[in-house]
Amino acid sequence: MRIMAQVAMVMNLDKCIGCHTCSVTCKQTWTNRPGAEYMYFNNVETKPGLGYPKGYEDQRRWRGGWALDRKGRLQLASGGRLRKLLSIFSNPHLPPIDDFGEPWTYDYRTVIDAPLGTPNPSAHAVSALTGKDVRLEWGSNWDDDLAGSTTVAARDPNLAGLQERVRMEFEQVFMFYLPRICEHCLNPSCVASCPSGAMYKRTEDGIVLVDQDRCRGWRFCVSGCPYKKVYFNHRTGKAEKCTFCFPRTEAGLPTICSETCVGRLRYLGLFLYDADAVLPAAATPDPRDLYAAHLSVFLDPTDPDVQAEATRQGIPADWIDAAVRSPVYALAVRHRVALPLHPEYRTLPMVWYIPPLSPVADVVHAQGYDPADPDRVFAAVDALRVPLEYLANLFTAGD
Amino acid sequence: FADDWLAAHPGTDGALAMAMGHVILSEFFRDRQVEYFTSYVKTYTDLPFLVTLREHGDSHVPDRFLTAADLGDTSDGAAHRTVLLDSATGAPHVPNGSLGFRYTDAGRGRWNLDLGGVDPVLTLLGRHDEAVTVDLPRFDTGPTEGGSTVRRGVPALRLSGRLVTTVFDLLMAQYAVRRDGLPGQWPTGYDDPSPYTPAWQERITSVPAAACARVAREFARNAELSRGRSMICMGAGTNHWYHSDLIYRSFLTLLMLCGCQGVNGGGWAHYVGQEKIRPIAGWFTLAFGHDWQRPARLMAGTSYWYLHSDQWRYERVGAGEFATPLGRGVFAGRAFADCLTQAHRLGWTPFHPAFDRNPLDLTDEARRAGVPVADHVVAQLRAGTLRFASEDPDDPRNFPRVLTVWRANLLGSSGKGMEYFMRHLLGAEDAVRADESPPHLRPDEVVWRETAPRGKLDLLTAIDFRMTSTCTYADVVLPAATWYEKHDLSTTDMHPYVHSFNPAIAPPWQARTDFDTFTMIAREFSRLAARHLGTRTDVVAAPLMHDTVDETAQPGGRVRDWRAGEAEPVPGRTMPKLVEVERDYPAVADKMAALGPLVDTLGVTAKGITFTPAAEVERLRRVNGVVRDGPGAGRPSLSRDVHLAEAILALSGATNGRLAVQGWRRLEERTGVRLADLAEERAEERITFADTQVQPRAVITSPEWSGAEAAGRRYSPFVVNVERKKPWHTLTGRMHVFLDHDWIAEYGEWLPTYRPPLDYPRHLGDQRLGDGGRAEVVLRYLTPHSKWSIHSEFQDNLHMLRLFRGGPVMWMSPVDAAHLGVADNDWIEAYNRNGVVVTRVVVTHRMPAGTVFMYHAKDRHLMTPRSEISGWHGGSDNSPTRVTVKPTHVIGGYGQFTYGFNYYGPTGSQRDELVVVRRRSQQVRF
Repeated sequence: MRIMAQVAMVMNLDKCIGCHTCSVTCKQTWTNRPGAEYMYFNNVETKPGLGYPKGYEDQRRWRGGWALDRKGRLQLASGGRLRKLLSIFSNPHLPPIDDFGEPWTYDYRTVIDAPLGTPNPSAHAVSALTGKDVRLEWGSNWDDDLAGSTTVAARDPNLAGLQERVRMEFEQVFMFYLPRICEHCLNPSCVASCPSGAMYKRTEDGIVLVDQDRCRGWRFCVSGCPYKKVYFNHRTGKAEKCTFCFPRTEAGLPTICSETCVGRLRYLGLFLYDADAVLPAAATPDPRDLYAAHLSVFLDPTDPDVQAEATRQGIPADWIDAAVRSPVYALAVRHRVALPLHPEYRTLPMVWYIPPLSPVADVVHAQGYDPADPDRVFAAVDALRVPLEYLANLFTAGD
Repeated sequence: FADDWLAAHPGTDGALAMAMGHVILSEFFRDRQVEYFTSYVKTYTDLPFLVTLREHGDSHVPDRFLTAADLGDTSDGAAHRTVLLDSATGAPHVPNGSLGFRYTDAGRGRWNLDLGGVDPVLTLLGRHDEAVTVDLPRFDTGPTEGGSTVRRGVPALRLSGRLVTTVFDLLMAQYAVRRDGLPGQWPTGYDDPSPYTPAWQERITSVPAAACARVAREFARNAELSRGRSMICMGAGTNHWYHSDLIYRSFLTLLMLCGCQGVNGGGWAHYVGQEKIRPIAGWFTLAFGHDWQRPARLMAGTSYWYLHSDQWRYERVGAGEFATPLGRGVFAGRAFADCLTQAHRLGWTPFHPAFDRNPLDLTDEARRAGVPVADHVVAQLRAGTLRFASEDPDDPRNFPRVLTVWRANLLGSSGKGMEYFMRHLLGAEDAVRADESPPHLRPDEVVWRETAPRGKLDLLTAIDFRMTSTCTYADVVLPAATWYEKHDLSTTDMHPYVHSFNPAIAPPWQARTDFDTFTMIAREFSRLAARHLGTRTDVVAAPLMHDTVDETAQPGGRVRDWRAGEAEPVPGRTMPKLVEVERDYPAVADKMAALGPLVDTLGVTAKGITFTPAAEVERLRRVNGVVRDGPGAGRPSLSRDVHLAEAILALSGATNGRLAVQGWRRLEERTGVRLADLAEERAEERITFADTQVQPRAVITSPEWSGAEAAGRRYSPFVVNVERKKPWHTLTGRMHVFLDHDWIAEYGEWLPTYRPPLDYPRHLGDQRLGDGGRAEVVLRYLTPHSKWSIHSEFQDNLHMLRLFRGGPVMWMSPVDAAHLGVADNDWIEAYNRNGVVVTRVVVTHRMPAGTVFMYHAKDRHLMTPRSEISGWHGGSDNSPTRVTVKPTHVIGGYGQFTYGFNYYGPTGSQRDELVVVRRRSQQVRF
């Protein structure tokens, strides 16, 4: 057993109102500079929807994360070293800028320099990359609040098999918001994808970072990450990603997205886990068992034996104390209300989610209501608008 | 985030609330009684009070509150003391707390809700002499918007020759709650689709009847178990309709019936606008210069722009359209503009300019004639040689000439009917497509000039830190400092703290703080005034003011028009007050820079309570420094923004414990109930500006407001009224279900009811152009608040634009999109008689068929291409809207219906609008 500590986050989707304050604050803190205009280390997407970048969850198309080979051994879904050698110069699994939403700006000059008396001058969109006029077709959050749902959200991979249950009609409408940051996985496929070894996971807190000096711009990390949370800066030629605000967390401050969150739905804390158990867990044959396997990797920080062994292996006392008080451990392991996002990608993601409740689907016949007894005010959970099957496709590989 | 989502059709929330009232009255007042509800409504609402019934054909209609005067009492204030029945003796009883106790000497110490052991009678059923029919209006059917009537019945008694019943009995009749022994038509059950059953509302709102009944039951049951902790949070979605006052009343009735108002955790959470100025006494006094002269000229924006942007010339219905068949025909043949000028003439609502001649000249004429100014003005009005400006808004002498827009985007965001502003106020290109009113709909008391003026304004100045639409049309734009570049105070109704803005950086380039901007303008103005104006005397036509004795000016809400000889023109009673004010124009800058003497002599007044800030003026001399010479010599200085902030904090009970306690003590003298203890624990606290710079400071419980925030309690309105029995500022001193003003009666709105959205299809006919056989659909047009801006602020911020679709969009259902042959992200045009909007469309099943919405507010200078219909850049979201005025919103001089700045007046009704939508060519020009 090799005990390591991992900083993690749980987001309570039952409180997220999709206000994007986290996205704007993160952007102004980290990606408000040339080459990073299109990057959102933290984005908020409406579900059902295609998300950012467009359709990233369709791994049959993008080949992100891990898969099992014929012998049940873990291998990158996008193939091994030979496949990478062949696709150095044209990686088919690399999303184009349009899928992220080419960043646009406006010819503000048209308004500012308009001669006196010009009747109501109006600026229009131009590309921030080329400066030429652009017809806006997609953006980083184009399908917000189910915008264009009948043509866009209908292609949400998580709706597979649910078309009958989820007719895109006003009476059945449901939606919720899914804020996303880098998962800082225990088994990061981005680290495994980098030919130069520039991607690394810090031993002390598990934060996954890009070593800017060693990065050669292969961009296999971008296509290797199933969550598409690694980005390529076209000005510096280097990969960049969410750093879990390590300069802040090292100083005992919360990440900027957690601190700025209006709904206060982000919980931060530590897990203690057995590093040796990671690969066997990730190689669990049936994707539906990956959630349980992931849980088995975590160690109970209140267990005296674990505490003793962790101390012996050099984990500082205050880190163990933090793990004992960790709200993320409580929500994920003790109360089992938090679940991993897409466990089937086999990366053992470390940003977990509490699924959202929603209004009852049928205000008249919802099971659990009793017209004669006004004191029974809570309907059964499976009578809610957001189908349990849809949530299962997101958090428990369909189980 | 809800447990139940009841998706009522837009504008029909009132129908849902009426049906919920029907269920609650049936199950929690008729079938069984809930002790908490019954005692609450008897103490805090007007339900037990007696109302007279007036004969109408072979039946009756509600008339007026019975008053002590009706029972022979001739003492002062008797006409404003309402009556109920003592259940022990069955005899009429005049309880404490009504308006007649608020301003009279006899009322001192008795303006409270203490019933003195009397148990009021709630219903006359069982002790009635007669069961009589009463005809009530219904507005869901009928040839005009005046609707039709329905016959119900109430138990009644005769008192000194008058037939009376209780408000409760009228309410049961209005909500169609059948009771044995009463005549009239009644629904047979919840499934009988007649007003106001759950089945009836389902046909209007589409909300299933069973869900409506269940949620109503849960609302009441929760209030019963928790003693009033049921809450209704409502926002602009129910506020921007022509009949929003009735939507509100149908909500408020539920809260009153279930004892929720004035209870922490329950009651009325009103989220329309966040302006709640906690230190209102100090702010109001200094913002309007009441420390140097009173009163200032204050105005209601809706009626001001209704006349000055000439929207009154485009009406397609008259005021009589909304009158109930049960009315007296008061509005027959009259236009809304007629009602407005009459309201001004009777002193109900302000208008500026007041007269068609310069008030400075009027005072000079009076002085030359050796006659008091008021008498001179009244004589001239009677002789017709002086007219009210509201009677001829298109006379160049009555034009608004100089407009300064500060911290607002009138022309790009808040102005409803923006195209009329463009045409008549600015004389700029416009997209108005409406025809002017036909002769029979034109007002008869307002002069109709054949060609409407265009470009009334001479100078438009905009002070802003962003290039808004208002700035692009302004003659002069003064760059302003943002919140992070100046000292200022901030409070809101979203939390109980006063906090400050402090400069992170100095105002960049030429930007100035608002304080510096107006100080510079004042200095330059004063310098010029020395040569051009000197010192003059002005006469201000001030309306009858809320929270003053003016509330008793016109008893019983009977309308007596002195111009029609129905009354004598008496300033302050039957017409506006005429107040002389000295204007020392050269001293304006000096007076702005000093705290005036009136705070010592007349004190500081808010909500009818006058504070005497003697110690505060002394403290401000030490903190702000003393002015050495000039008109402000010896007075505390207000030469810097932090001085002004300090003075606002010092002069308000919310931020000054001493004044809070002083205010509560003065209110104790009038109410006779213990109140000062609400602030005593913080009596020594003086929140200074420096305090607010350290951290936000919780306000002190002050008589400026009605919540109790002692010991960390959060603000809930009317907690002081419910816990200490301090009256509401209404006729009965209680919350009202019944209203008895003549104009309200004419519109059949005595009691809460449901009036549907305006019937524009009938008033306007088919607005579709129908050119080129192009598919066009008429849809409900809503302008909800934008997810990506605060009104028009930040809507052109690059981060916000990139987080969605980069410009204005219109949300539409797939059904309507299919009719138009429109795909997601296509360019469309939405037009009606008022204007045209050009946007891309967002097609989503989240939108119900028949309704589109466009976020409010989108300026016109970003991604707004030229329209195929108007040729100009498609307007902002307020291009297809317009200003409308509901006459019952401008009544005054009668109890709670008395003008107050930002308190009572006509509202915007921009959601009560339809647009025609059609696909346009996808090639756009900017």
